Amino acid sequence: MSDAKSYLGVPVLRPRVGFFELTSCEGCQLQLLNNEATLLDFLDLVEIVNFREGMKESGDNYRIAFVEGAVTRADEVERLREIRRNAEMVIALGSCACFGGVNQLKNRFNDPAWVKREVYGEYPIDSQAAVPLAAVIKVDLEIFGCPVKKEEVERIVTNLVLGKEVKHPKYPVCMECKAHENICLFDLGEPCLGPITRGGCDAWCPSNRLGCWGCRGPAPEANVDELRKIVARKNIPLERLLDRLECFGGFGGEADAVRKELGGLK
Amino acid sequence: MIFKVLAAGELEKFFELLVVNKLIGPVERGPAVDGRLLFDFAEVAEIAELRLDFTQTVHSAKKYLLPYLEETGVFVMEGSDWEKRVDYGAHQPLVLFGLHACDINALNKLDKVLLAEPYPNRFYGAKRAAMFIIGHSCRPTPACFCRSMGADSVRHGCDLFLTPLGDDYFVEIMSSRAFHIMESLDLREPTRRDHKRFQEQAKHRGNLLTAEVDATDLTKILDMEFDSTVWNEWGRRCLSCGTCAQVCPTCYCYGLEEVVALDLAKGAKIRQLYSCNLLDFAEVAGGYNFRPESRTRLKYRYYHKHRGFVEAFEEPLCVGCGRCGTNCLAGITVPEVIASVRRGEVENG
Ligand code: SF4
Ligand code: SF4
Ligand code: SF4
Ligand code: SF4
Ligand code: SF4
Repeated sequence: MSDAKSYLGVPVLRPRVGFFELTSCEGCQLQLLNNEATLLDFLDLVEIVNFREGMKESGDNYRIAFVEGAVTRADEVERLREIRRNAEMVIALGSCACFGGVNQLKNRFNDPAWVKREVYGEYPIDSQAAVPLAAVIKVDLEIFGCPVKKEEVERIVTNLVLGKEVKHPKYPVCMECKAHENICLFDLGEPCLGPITRGGCDAWCPSNRLGCWGCRGPAPEANVDELRKIVARKNIPLERLLDRLECFGGFGGEADAVRKELGGLK
Repeated sequence: MIFKVLAAGELEKFFELLVVNKLIGPVERGPAVDGRLLFDFAEVAEIAELRLDFTQTVHSAKKYLLPYLEETGVFVMEGSDWEKRVDYGAHQPLVLFGLHACDINALNKLDKVLLAEPYPNRFYGAKRAAMFIIGHSCRPTPACFCRSMGADSVRHGCDLFLTPLGDDYFVEIMSSRAFHIMESLDLREPTRRDHKRFQEQAKHRGNLLTAEVDATDLTKILDMEFDSTVWNEWGRRCLSCGTCAQVCPTCYCYGLEEVVALDLAKGAKIRQLYSCNLLDFAEVAGGYNFRPESRTRLKYRYYHKHRGFVEAFEEPLCVGCGRCGTNCLAGITVPEVIASVRRGEVENG
């Protein structure tokens, strides 16, 4: 791999990056390895010093840390703090790191000891409430999605390397859904969180005839009240909306409010 | 204008003459849960797929002229040098078969903005010039208010216009290209009876147009009602989702972004359609936003279409196709919004 990268005649430094995982399925990192067509270009743009899924060697001399997963154990808190000390920039990679992800579903039960017993039996294991990275350390950039979209990560990394601004879309999923000329899921009788969820995934789910589950979290200024009215007008049970609001953790507050209205968790 | 009559059986022959090119027409997309049959424009190879009896398509035919994403320039790097490549994207003629009057008038409005000197949009212009457009009379839905916008009939902007008259088609030939193509078909001169049937059809269609917008003095009234409280209620409902602009045949706003390829060997300026309802539409350097509230953005949409554009071009930037209202999940429709401004309150607000 060449070291002498340049853009518009200006030499470009390959930043040293590390990939780390806390409590997660490692699906986000797998996304990055998924596309052989661009993998070599990706590896050419950055110098990877730590990537358990992709290589054997590891080091702690990195400028940018991509951290996947939620924090659910005491040792993860320590690891995360150490990563923060080593890295100039910490990037939360994927919805677990940004919001707690699917892992935070367990937080809604009132009795964590019961949850632990149900899942792990008598096996001794440290398992606390699942929290996003930002609950433990300062996070410099979030990359949303469960899983993240490879093209988006590549674009963000390219912009970081070139020193360009990294911008997330502020519009909701509907914008890209309409660009694909999908038939709206509500017209097909299905709920969809597209109107309140941050775009950028290219309307992945609606383009496959699945309503959005909100994995990228709320769009800024998301109008959740209006979506609730729409769901009611369409005679879709509020429970079905709640399933989606609480799935990835991005809509924590809104999910709590709806759950309370429905009489809490049974 | 040249009027002719085409026997309905000749339509297939006409279709076959055209389908050697890429041909776009209305197709069925299945039923919605409320029983409405949904249609859209798509590429058609067989006349049987063509649903000329369509009501309204969900999306407009805008994408064939203004794609959601378009590279306005590609920069290929070679060492410290670079080469710029521009592709207007009009590689082949395109036949649009079955556009309704509203959608043809929408193209005429877009022409006024996008083909205007000194800075015409050459990407749009090249595609527009490579289009052969066949209009077709419509079946109004309860959401259509084209007549209020003066867009219910076509005077120009297409090559020919078809109106079915039972077994025949009344044909308005509007370009020399169309005249030459039609020469090989079996056309006859219209009779007095055909003219009558054409006018009866128009009357029948008119009777189906139930939605209305009172456009009298509208530019002035919008000026007077700038601070009306109705905007607060519409703003509370609006999801700032951009669906209205996306399905609208006349919205043309866009953003521009420079995207560099992962191997740094190529960069592109990419145009992406946008909507004034989106949160950061009016965001500028430093993070300042001229219209941070949903109500001011929604209001802006109406002021552009029914005030600003009228002052500049003597016509609204709206053809009354009803798509924005039909597809707005929050149920925000043009007739309701304009009526509420006149009334001073939102019904069921
Ligand atoms: S399917 Fe979902 S994302 Fe698509 S337009 Fe409908 S609500 Fe929006
Ligand atoms: S459509 Fe919704 S759930 Fe699906 S990938 Fe996009 S944001 Fe996630
Ligand atoms: S008016 Fe309707 S379609 Fe348009 S942005 Fe608002 S909610 Fe979306
Ligand atoms: S504003 Fe609405 S009714 Fe008017 S042209 Fe656009 S989509 Fe059609
Ligand atoms: S300003 Fe709004 S209403 Fe006007 S063309 Fe642009 S998106 Fe459409």
